[in-house]
Amino acid sequence: MSVLAFPSRTGGCLRGVEDFPILSRRIRNKPLVYLDNAATTQKPEVVIEAESLYYRESNANIHRGVHWLSQRATDLYDEGRESVRRLLNAARSDEIVFTRGTTEAINLVAYSWGCSQLRAGDEVLITAMEHHSNIVPWQLVCEQTGALLRVVPVSDCGELDLEAFEALLGPRTRMFAVAHVSNALGTVNPLPWLIERAHAAGARVLVDGAQAVAHMPVDVRALGCDFYAFSGHKLYGPTGIGALYGRAELLATMPPWQGGGDMIRTVSFERTTYAPPPQRFEAGTPNIAGVVGLAAAIGYVEHLGLDKIAAHEQALLAHATEAVGAIDGVRLIGTAAHKSGILSFTVDGIHPHDLGTILDTQGIAIRAGHHCAMPLMTRLGIPGTARASFALYNDENDIAALVAAIRKAQHMFNGGGQP
Amino acid sequence: MSGIDAHLRELYQEVIFDHNRQPRNFHAMPDADRVAEGYNPLCGDQLTVYLRVADGKVEDVSFVGHGCAISKASASLMTEAVKGRPVEEAEALFRDFHALLTGTPPEGRDFGKLEVLTGVREFPARVKCATLAWHTLHNALTGEHDPARTE
Ligand SMILES: Cc1ncc(COP(=O)(O)O)c(C=O)c1O
Repeated sequence: MSVLAFPSRTGGCLRGVEDFPILSRRIRNKPLVYLDNAATTQKPEVVIEAESLYYRESNANIHRGVHWLSQRATDLYDEGRESVRRLLNAARSDEIVFTRGTTEAINLVAYSWGCSQLRAGDEVLITAMEHHSNIVPWQLVCEQTGALLRVVPVSDCGELDLEAFEALLGPRTRMFAVAHVSNALGTVNPLPWLIERAHAAGARVLVDGAQAVAHMPVDVRALGCDFYAFSGHKLYGPTGIGALYGRAELLATMPPWQGGGDMIRTVSFERTTYAPPPQRFEAGTPNIAGVVGLAAAIGYVEHLGLDKIAAHEQALLAHATEAVGAIDGVRLIGTAAHKSGILSFTVDGIHPHDLGTILDTQGIAIRAGHHCAMPLMTRLGIPGTARASFALYNDENDIAALVAAIRKAQHMFNGGGQP
Repeated sequence: MSGIDAHLRELYQEVIFDHNRQPRNFHAMPDADRVAEGYNPLCGDQLTVYLRVADGKVEDVSFVGHGCAISKASASLMTEAVKGRPVEEAEALFRDFHALLTGTPPEGRDFGKLEVLTGVREFPARVKCATLAWHTLHNALTGEHDPARTE
């Protein structure tokens, strides 16, 4: 798949595909063409190896043992936090809280910050292009606190309505929660401007970075956001690990949201005092191996260069947009001026699910459906889309395979059922 | 032709395309005495099944909704298969058809045109598409009020 060349640990030149063991397997007796990277990315050997090596050589519980292995595991865990800090260019590593992923990170802010800060009549502003995980936690917390949920509308081409955004911002807006990149359409939102406006109105800003961190350099200090959430598994890392960045002053004022070991300072039945952030928000034994794997994944993309990965994927997106868009009967869904490597489309007369099955028989993995963004699909007036999403190991051959398979599906559906 | 292409051709037989393009009994029924909603939260397929039952018989049946070719064709074929049948027979057909797609088909049962839907057995992710209308029918027949789920 990939054309990205970079020096390997052994000093030779590897292509991306050789770093990702799964990419060389065959699916349904065809070479795998993996274009479902927005759902999850594949894992490079270095990540698989790092997790396995952790269990082979360093496994112990952290923060509790006096023994050598416990110290070793604690060091690795702390190094992982430092890796995330570097990835996001946060000022301090105690601004990084490990979570299960984006969903848990958003829930943490919604419950800890939201339940302690929101009052009846306050407003939480989200957008019509959010993933369900940046909608439902806010709905739940609004129900509990009496705050109101407001939604920034989206244009036909999949861009935020910036005038409406400004009109919706008001003195009661306490939180603006927005995706960095839309998982359904690929739209990259104009964060610096949005954040500046929201801050000027006195709101806090949470950015859902699930679709951004693997595809472009992210700098939370340059963005100026208050919170930034992402998942390791969309960044070539393991599942079950992700992180929340929160500005130190904010985290310091936030109450715990889960209780247990590791998050306390002292416990008595009369009164328990809590550890400072980030431990305050990490109750229980964390996913230590996941953190080790995530750190390896971060090292991997840093080594390749996120700017190079971004340029590679932008070139692929431009090529795919042209090639897929040129097929008769294909409608591209989401044509924002500023996009990341996600191509959503519909094909006349073929339901996305049927298309997904036909592509699958050609070894091509895409996603079909509403992409956990049902309100967005409703807004666009479609039940769902087919979505191809790119990663650093994809190349022109993958796009060619995609185009050929779409044509084959059209031939089947319009030409009498012969595959 | 490779094995998978044969499976694909079995899934998308001409009958499926025909019923997808021109679904039978595809309309609302103002005088229906039973209505049920079916919804597949995974893919967003959604349909409504209308029934008119008289003397223990499915006198008329129709559906509206949207979904993939498999779910639409399955709903269309279902209406043809149960129209005019006694309610118990329609229920028995639901059970047998479900078994046909998901487990061991009952011996000796002739499914007629419904056989074309057995192609989904090679595509486990698509079994739900073929059974959604039937779960909905079942709810309409038994008066379940929650929308039919395929899980
Ligand atoms: C934009 C966006 N936000 C949030 C999520 C949820 O991520 P996770 O399921 O890893 O918590 C996803 C992943 O599907 C996403 O694409």
